[in-house]
Amino acid sequence: MKFSLAKFFGIAAIALSSLAMTGCGYNSMVSGDEGVKSAWAEILNQYQRRADLIPNIVNTVKGEANFEQETLTKVIEARSKATSIQATPELANNPEALAKFSKAQGEVSSALSRLLVVTENYPNLKANQGFQDLRAQLEGTENRIGIARKRYIDAVKEYNVTVRSFPTNLMAMVTGFKEKPSLTVENEAAIKVAPTVDFNKKP
Amino acid sequence: MNRLLLVLFAKVLAVLVMLTSMVQAQSLLPVPALTGQVIDQTNTLSAADKASLSKTLAAIAQQRGSQVVVLLVASTQGEPIEDFANRVANTWKIGRKGVGDGLLLVAAIQDRKVHIEVARNLEGAIPDVTAKRIIRESIAPAFKQGRYAQGIDAALVRIDERLALENLPVPGSEPGAQELGFSIEDVLPLLIFGIIAATVLRGMFGGFGSGIAAVGTGVIAWNTGLALALAGGLGFAVLILSIIFSSMRGAGNYRGYGGGISFPNSGGGGFGGSGGFSGGGGFSSGGGGDFGGGGASGDW
Repeated sequence: MKFSLAKFFGIAAIALSSLAMTGCGYNSMVSGDEGVKSAWAEILNQYQRRADLIPNIVNTVKGEANFEQETLTKVIEARSKATSIQATPELANNPEALAKFSKAQGEVSSALSRLLVVTENYPNLKANQGFQDLRAQLEGTENRIGIARKRYIDAVKEYNVTVRSFPTNLMAMVTGFKEKPSLTVENEAAIKVAPTVDFNKKP
Repeated sequence: MNRLLLVLFAKVLAVLVMLTSMVQAQSLLPVPALTGQVIDQTNTLSAADKASLSKTLAAIAQQRGSQVVVLLVASTQGEPIEDFANRVANTWKIGRKGVGDGLLLVAAIQDRKVHIEVARNLEGAIPDVTAKRIIRESIAPAFKQGRYAQGIDAALVRIDERLALENLPVPGSEPGAQELGFSIEDVLPLLIFGIIAATVLRGMFGGFGSGIAAVGTGVIAWNTGLALALAGGLGFAVLILSIIFSSMRGAGNYRGYGGGISFPNSGGGGFGGSGGFSGGGGFSSGGGGDFGGGGASGDW
């Protein structure tokens, strides 16, 4: 077969352009987007699990005589505030709404962790097997929330890197993939810190 | 004046050194190498204890299939033990492939903290409440008396009881064992693209064009992250299919296969070994465990 230079360049051009089509990362943007969505669903799932646990905890603690009412009220208020925000998938794409949602859920975390610290002061609760089981579930859920948030941050980071870096950003522009807001790490740190409780204070 | 500058420089240097050492102090404890099912970095366990615990763990792996690992560290260096445990477990990914039945028991001896990290797929067998009770009732009382091996052993007995109740696949019959590692959805678009390209190129360059398309498809497939052997196979499939299609269309524009036939192997063939089995006695992670934070922590 005769092999002209033009023919060779023709082949090279076709091979290159076909490489560019898949190499431009459309598929990796799609899978990144799906990864973010499923990480978001996991966060919502764990927040829901916590919201479902809170009434049981509150009811158990209510049974304890002279329990610090203020702590309980704070948990109930924080929960109702957090659950009043409709957590739609669109919320995850809106930086302000996401920050607001995350803050409300963070307040539930801190109200709950304060509640758990306060319960240490009530021997009856410490001996109550039912309460200890609820506590274990709550701790596990908080832990899962932390991990789900971390995975979400990682998934968004990976997706954003693809959308913003060259040359995939050109493909992203054409196909309408946009950068997504992430959860903040400061928030993460605040949630992890155990609250200080002054037991000497008269309720 | 010079002296003042020197003092200033020394001060800046001191601050810098302090800062770097602070950063180092805050850096996370590295994930230890998975050298066995009992890893004791603190020499808390005697050789006999280690051997006996390893035997128990091997028996669990043999009977239930689940991969349970015990890790003793001195301290997690300020990191919450559940975060450390999750980091380690997700790095090791213990648990059978396709079953994901891993469990990690971590104790930080100096911190007096213990954590049971349960893989997602075992969260039904060992829910948080059960993990917490195992810690509270079996581990903490023994650890308080310094009887570490007994505490761990008692915990393993209870974990084994729970695993026995769960309907886990019998070792050797895991659903994921024969998985090919790719799905039709991954390769079908490439295959169709390859065949179209082959048809077009064949019209332009004859059999040589099919070869180009086959090689191109193979390279693209490899580029998108498919295994080398699979990418080569895909390229080869494009070549064969394009030859079949064109011969079906009749001998009208038959141009011979000459150019193409010499290409199949350059699409990136050859089996690029994907084994992961470490033979003989040693323990290696099944790689199937996904840890989402299930389990419980406690202290003593």
